Amino acid sequence: MSCDLAIIGAGPAGMAAAVEAVDLGLSVAVIDENPAPGGQIFRGLEGAAGDAALGADYAAGLPLLRAFRALRIGYRPATTLWHLEPEEGVLSLLAAGTTSELTAGRVLLATGAQERPVPIPGWTLPGVMTAGAAQILLKTAGAVPKGRTVLAGQGPLLWLLAAQLARAGAPPALILETRPKGRLAEALRAGGLLAGAPLLAKGLALLAKTRRIPRLRAVTGLHAEGTGHVRRVLWDGGATECDTLLLHEGVVPATHIPLALGLEHDWDEAQRCWRPRVDAYGASSHPRVAVAGDGAGIGGWQAAVAAGRLAALDAARRVGRLTEAGFARRAGPLLATRRAALALRPFLDALYAPPGWVLAPPEDATLVCRCEEVTAGQVRAAARLGATGPNQLKAYCRAGMGPCQGRMCGATVAALIAEARGTTPEAVGTLRPRAPYKPLTVAELARTG
Amino acid sequence: MFALRPDRFRPASAAGGAGQRRGTPDARTGPTATVEVFVDGIPVRVPEGASAAAAVLLAGSPLIRETPVTGAPRLPYCLMGVCFDCLAEIDGIANRQACMVPAVPGMRIAPQRGARVAFRS
Ligand code: FES
Repeated sequence: MSCDLAIIGAGPAGMAAAVEAVDLGLSVAVIDENPAPGGQIFRGLEGAAGDAALGADYAAGLPLLRAFRALRIGYRPATTLWHLEPEEGVLSLLAAGTTSELTAGRVLLATGAQERPVPIPGWTLPGVMTAGAAQILLKTAGAVPKGRTVLAGQGPLLWLLAAQLARAGAPPALILETRPKGRLAEALRAGGLLAGAPLLAKGLALLAKTRRIPRLRAVTGLHAEGTGHVRRVLWDGGATECDTLLLHEGVVPATHIPLALGLEHDWDEAQRCWRPRVDAYGASSHPRVAVAGDGAGIGGWQAAVAAGRLAALDAARRVGRLTEAGFARRAGPLLATRRAALALRPFLDALYAPPGWVLAPPEDATLVCRCEEVTAGQVRAAARLGATGPNQLKAYCRAGMGPCQGRMCGATVAALIAEARGTTPEAVGTLRPRAPYKPLTVAELARTG
Repeated sequence: MFALRPDRFRPASAAGGAGQRRGTPDARTGPTATVEVFVDGIPVRVPEGASAAAAVLLAGSPLIRETPVTGAPRLPYCLMGVCFDCLAEIDGIANRQACMVPAVPGMRIAPQRGARVAFRS
């Protein structure tokens, strides 16, 4: 099997890129791990679009989703990309226990974002989850937490989830906001308020919807307690019972595959994360590979749609399906749309910058690697003994060597090493993951379709 | 612990046998079809399209796996394929990322316990 453009991920960027590429006459394949299109933001949308609890912004994804579904392309849901050989454009896939290969002229990674880890004491207890996880249950399973729920953290998703849970009849008992004092003033200085006014208005409306939920501001020293399950959440100066604790400190690009491919990355100081280096049309440091959407830097779904379409235009131009003039004509409005969608970003990034204790947990006993149960203290000790980065750390302990391959602990480990060695996360660098990008069995390897 | 929204799904007592069941469709709340799966041998009805990890949460199980290092109990953390804290045995195959596996009628989901299991089927 071969195609002009293989798109990894069927979220907003991937779906929009597919629609645009087909319109330009390219042959397209879309590989997505999830059973249905939509990515995380529009997850379960085909089943739950009418659900009033989820809100109008969720249903706003329907036109794109329908346009994507109408395409006659090689759409492969429930399929994992476990290896990509970029020189020849060979993709190794796994679906229903069987591996297969696909060759592509160009590869667009539209693999989106993941939630930033929130390594507090007790975050591995059953009953402690991410806010995103609770939202996925709401979207795909019509399920809400039972008993007393506490939300802790900050960022737009936290407020959105609070409003959605309230509308679904399960309002959180308490919101513990971790945004440090003074961030609003910094955010106002970051600007973008005028151009971002429509988005800001939506955000304020969301805050108004959650105003009845009790909240505490500028919370520090967060931790979860319980035997076998979370029973209490504690913070500096207080504590409360809970059955479910939902954590959220914003989202970061899912850089696992871009890093494994060895693409150039840049440290994004505003968003405190790494992002693959791309040009205005998503082209990465590898001539065959592009990255679009939140995976190339957090911008939200509207910016991702524009970025996906721009990457498709670039793919068409490269194979001569689009003249330079045609490219410029189509790209112009998309670049403007993306600019408008990103206008509020500097404000949001400054407002919701994660506090230092989230990035580098202060207590030595806190687990940072959930898979291999490595603590912050062990990472600090290794850094003092000579581990200069997350890859060198593997000589001292197993952080980053479990099944998640460092997806969860990578950023925390780098921040702890930077702190212990008196340098910056940028200087410390990233883990270099390897294929297979997700574990696969020998039996699966042997079964080729 | 998680529960199905009462405004979307009928109480479990109204449920029939194995296989699929469709409740009263409601334009405001989306589909209400459920499938029956077995979590640690106990039948539980979950909405069509939900994952095996969601089934474990809806079943009220205390854990989906025990960590290989200290045997600590875990439940799914991210539900989006990142944390691997949902590794479970599904239809006899160990180490499956339960949040990425859709629940289908008759599926058997068992928590993964004890010492490190190598990645083999
Ligand atoms: S719950 Fe995190 S990977 Fe499944």
